[in-house]
Amino acid sequence: MSILVDENTRVIVQGFTGREATFHSEQSIAYGTRIVGGVVPGKGGSAHLNLPVFNTVAEAVKETGANASVIFVPPAFAADAIMEAADSGIALVVAITEGIPALDMVRAWNSLQGRSTRLIGPNCPGIISPGKSKIGIMPGHIHKPGHVGVVSRSGTLTYEAVGQLTALGIGQSTCIGIGGDPIIGTDFVDAIRLFNEDPDTRAIVMIGEIGGSAEETAAAYVQSCVRKPVIGFVAGQTAPPGRRMGHAGAIISGGSGKAADKIKAMRAAGISVCASPADIGETVKSRL
Amino acid sequence: MKIHEYQAKAILAPYGVPVPRGEVVYTAAEAEAAARKLGGSVVVKAQIHAGGRGKGGGVKIARSAPEATEIAEKMLGMRLVTHQTGPEGRIVQRLLIEETLPIERELYLGIVLDRSQGKPVCMASSAGGVEIEEVAARTPELILKETIHPGFGLMPYQARKLAFGMGIPESAASGAAAAILALAKAYQATDASLAEINPFVLTTDGKAYALDAKINFDDNALYRHKDLLELRDLNEEDPLEVEASRFGLSYIKLDGTVGCMVNGAGLAMATMDIIKYAGGSPANFLDVGGGANADQIRNALRILLSDRNVRAVLINIFGGILRCDTLATGVVAAARELNIRVPMVIRMEGTNVELGRRILVESGLDFTVADGMRDAAEKVVKLAGAAQ
Repeated sequence: MSILVDENTRVIVQGFTGREATFHSEQSIAYGTRIVGGVVPGKGGSAHLNLPVFNTVAEAVKETGANASVIFVPPAFAADAIMEAADSGIALVVAITEGIPALDMVRAWNSLQGRSTRLIGPNCPGIISPGKSKIGIMPGHIHKPGHVGVVSRSGTLTYEAVGQLTALGIGQSTCIGIGGDPIIGTDFVDAIRLFNEDPDTRAIVMIGEIGGSAEETAAAYVQSCVRKPVIGFVAGQTAPPGRRMGHAGAIISGGSGKAADKIKAMRAAGISVCASPADIGETVKSRL
Repeated sequence: MKIHEYQAKAILAPYGVPVPRGEVVYTAAEAEAAARKLGGSVVVKAQIHAGGRGKGGGVKIARSAPEATEIAEKMLGMRLVTHQTGPEGRIVQRLLIEETLPIERELYLGIVLDRSQGKPVCMASSAGGVEIEEVAARTPELILKETIHPGFGLMPYQARKLAFGMGIPESAASGAAAAILALAKAYQATDASLAEINPFVLTTDGKAYALDAKINFDDNALYRHKDLLELRDLNEEDPLEVEASRFGLSYIKLDGTVGCMVNGAGLAMATMDIIKYAGGSPANFLDVGGGANADQIRNALRILLSDRNVRAVLINIFGGILRCDTLATGVVAAARELNIRVPMVIRMEGTNVELGRRILVESGLDFTVADGMRDAAEKVVKLAGAAQ
């Protein structure tokens, strides 16, 4: 099994005809993802990659029965695209776009509260259930169907972890890149909860990085609710303090944002935290 | 993007945040003229993009225009070192000359984004004039918070709650509340990522002023604030970091000997971590991004090699969008063009990795191809050590 996406997920692409969207839609289709159309305002009625293009998400949903959307819309328009998808009843919105203004995301994030729509991202590689469906920009071939759930704030570091697992013959149920922005939809706790409830996921890998307090929150959740093995890594142990994060932001969220504090919280919760990023695969193997 | 104190005050004033009268000056003569205009008794404040200026000798009171001139002469061109500048400090090139005020109390105001709530939060504290991190650590009960509604903005009752909560007397509370509302309005209108007034002062005659001001802007939103872009002061930024940003590269100089070039911020940080783990130290953070082309790779190598401390280079790429053959072609071209002499270790994985490796091997250049991150880190640390 898998979480959130599988072979039945019907996906539309917002910003379908752009260069990046086109390349990654082709890759996804080749992987087996059921992409059923796209949305580009002003290009409705045309076809792209032999699929229908619509002016609005509402129309696309009505005509194709889509239940997921992937957003490649440029940053200035991406928050609006997220809200449009949610307003059209899309259950899963995956926002790949990098560079969305934070206050635009504040609006979009708050407009999703109380709705059933789940957002992944923005500024993320997307989500893949190996062998079933790939919604995003990750290289499909490094994945392998199996029973380890992977959730990560990073893009290429997720590929690194997945690559190590696959090299050891360990497959993945679903891999989610939750994105590195200050305001994101699905967070560590959401993803870990879903993996915990998924009977087919036997272990969970969480990859964090410095800044914010999401890892500490996730550690508290793992301690109280998760009995499956959880393996972790936190990137940025050697990063110079104060270069990438605002101090005042850390005060609000309650954590220091430092890797050492996150690792401490995770270890205290029973998570096997790797000191070296090269040990993620081996550590999972030892906990299975 | 960061800006200077005087620029932040100029932005806040039209929204209704009361600021002291003052002028920015670039010479001692201008400082004298400004001091005369302001009545002689002034504060001379060094304008650099870092906090802790007072302790470093970057804020001085002058009782007369000649004294202001004297202070300005010493301060202009000085290397100001604070806990936020690092040991190299910053050269002072601009001063803010400001009127002095009869200060009765020093308070704190700040607005930041609260990640967990998905909303901006306005913080206020009666413990102003000191670092808010220290207040949070020692006396967290002295920090008051009000969440800003993303649609309505901060409401007047919330500003009053903060003002009375800080213990501001009734006679001064409405002025202070108005300043708090104005700060929140400016934060939202300019797409700030941080707006901070520390200290926010009450004068003996019951007025509220922003004695200092700090605004950071959200880089992702600058496209819709062209006017703010002009406030950027390149003298305050590391020249190599500025150069890197021109090519869409994210570069931060560090003090080690292993130069690294990686795609993706998380993997770049993990690469720094594993270099340290292998006993070396990274010379930089460099993220070439997801879709780097040959030109960006050439510029990335040029920039990281302009750091004289680099003894060996580690290229760690997990190709997704960026294909390994594209990377290899770029690296070979750059190595030839830049005549690179330091040893280079290359670790590639992902899309078209076989083709990429063949390009490196067939180039005839002396690359060390590594298998996995651990192998790459161990090899590059050894090479960097041997080159020392």
